[in-house]
Amino acid sequence: MAHIPLNFPFLAAALLVGVSLYIIIFKKNLIKLIMGITMMASGVNLFLVALGYRAGGGAPIYTGTPEETMVLPVPQALTLTSIVINVAVLALMLTMAIHIYRHTGSLDSKKSRKLKG
Amino acid sequence: MAALITHSPILIIAIPLAAAFLTPLIGMASKKARNALVVVSLTFVVFLVFALARDVVINGIHVYTLGAASPDLSIPTGFMVPVRIILEVDGMSAFFGIIWAIVSLAAAIYSLSHIASETGQTRFYTLLLLMVTGGFGMMFTGDLFNLFVFLEIASISGGALIAFRTKFADTQEGGFKYIVVSAIAGLMVLFATGILYAQYNSLNIAFLAQAIQDNYTALDTIALALLLIAFAMKTGMVPLHLWFPDAYSVAPASITGMLVITSHACMYAAFRVCFTLYGGMPDAPVVGWILIVIGLLTMFVGVTMAVFQKDVMRFMSYHAISQLGYMWLGVGVGLAVLGNPALVNPGGWGREAVSGGIFHILNHAMYKPLLFFTGGALFHYTGTRDLTKMGGLAHKMKWTTILYIIGTLSISGIPPLNGFSSKILIYESVYQFHPILTITGIVVSILTLASFTKAFHSAFMGAELPEYKGVKEVPRSMLIAMGILAAGIVFITLFPSLIVDSTIHPAADALIHQETYITAVMGVAP
Repeated sequence: MAHIPLNFPFLAAALLVGVSLYIIIFKKNLIKLIMGITMMASGVNLFLVALGYRAGGGAPIYTGTPEETMVLPVPQALTLTSIVINVAVLALMLTMAIHIYRHTGSLDSKKSRKLKG
Repeated sequence: MAALITHSPILIIAIPLAAAFLTPLIGMASKKARNALVVVSLTFVVFLVFALARDVVINGIHVYTLGAASPDLSIPTGFMVPVRIILEVDGMSAFFGIIWAIVSLAAAIYSLSHIASETGQTRFYTLLLLMVTGGFGMMFTGDLFNLFVFLEIASISGGALIAFRTKFADTQEGGFKYIVVSAIAGLMVLFATGILYAQYNSLNIAFLAQAIQDNYTALDTIALALLLIAFAMKTGMVPLHLWFPDAYSVAPASITGMLVITSHACMYAAFRVCFTLYGGMPDAPVVGWILIVIGLLTMFVGVTMAVFQKDVMRFMSYHAISQLGYMWLGVGVGLAVLGNPALVNPGGWGREAVSGGIFHILNHAMYKPLLFFTGGALFHYTGTRDLTKMGGLAHKMKWTTILYIIGTLSISGIPPLNGFSSKILIYESVYQFHPILTITGIVVSILTLASFTKAFHSAFMGAELPEYKGVKEVPRSMLIAMGILAAGIVFITLFPSLIVDSTIHPAADALIHQETYITAVMGVAP
């Protein structure tokens, strides 16, 4: 791991968030939109985990481990919470997409749109 | 009693949460017991919030440390930084807590008959109580990550409640838009939290505020922008308001009333970020100006869009957007002059501007849910939200008509109703900042009155229509819920100076004086 530049994960996170923003703004299909949001969540989660990484660090467990650098445990806890929340959001969005498809017969946000003005 | 008040911050969050998961169990046994559980737990929460607010006004900020030997031990012995989860209730949090408690109780009572014909009612109440938990959590937490978690709890349950009536296609679309916007806003908040954590290694708002004050970096500006855009998007600020009427108009009316307050909760978070977290920043006038300009836009665009609406709930949603502009305006002026102690200390007009904005939140939280509830009452019997198809309903629904008139007079700022007392406070104080702000405010107010009069005329006045022969007054629980809010309006109308002195000024001072929030957790610097 040591030969990967440390800011590499941050670039990956930025790329994920950027691509997902493009998808969310320009794609008309609801499933693609949902995928975009999930990608954005992955980007943010990657950012959080990368924050806590320390070069050459081990798992942050105090008992019975040799003295060494440890990665920060807090961002990992945050990421875990965030993943759980995003699963709930994803499930809810998919449920609504199914209902929209049942009612309108289309997942294209231009065709299934009822509310205007 | 003293122990109850000491532990009340966590109890206010925990009681609705526990009740939410008890509801399905008790709902299996008896419907009546389930409804009683919902109403009793929320009534108890109202009582706790009032007790806590009284304590906060008398004794100052209430800090509650979870898992500590004693709840006020915010920094563990031997540490320099707060490491535990901290709930911090100051005047501002307590003020929003009161609003949220009253409106959620009214919404629960309203739902008892409003959704009585729907399937899956038990799940409805579970989600409603979860939404209450999320809202209180956002208002009371002293921790940036918990703010994100509670924001998501409120958003997920709110989105599910909007789409609750799955038999209609439009509810699904409104709910989908709401949850997409909430998910994006939530991720932006999380990203900003990550940026701040990376620099200062803490999530505690008081600690971060102190660190930002000492050392303001470019990354902090990025985090501020992300947080502000996220919360502004969730409140329905104008360039990002397109989802707002869609989601609000299709939800069950009781939920629309609660969504208004979740929008205020996000506003609370935005104020907390601007004033407390970034209170010492050099850019405060710039951010203040941005809030003022966007506030004016929000007021104006909201009301002009409302004039054309035919759908009664959509029409009221655009008015809700427009009213939010007044609050951004008042508080934005306060933020712009935050650096000038003469203006924000007692007696200065900067403090009055903030107070006016906050007072308008209280008034809006009373009359807007009331108006949405009357809109729901119309839909309950006519089965349509289209104003052009309604008419002559005043003959059958006398109480609803009276309550609608109270709400209308209040939202248009007709003296002496409560909407007037907060608007005059805003007008007088922002006039000294720039006269054009007051002029815009008055014009928007006149347009509001005009469009509400038109809606009143088309729904309630005129001869009885043959198709609404069978319409009768709405059930008692809906009337009680509307009565609670109308009683709030009448109370504020009768005693405006009492309300301002006892709740509004403590809330405004809590916003303006960042240092009291910080020292309550960090202790006085040696």
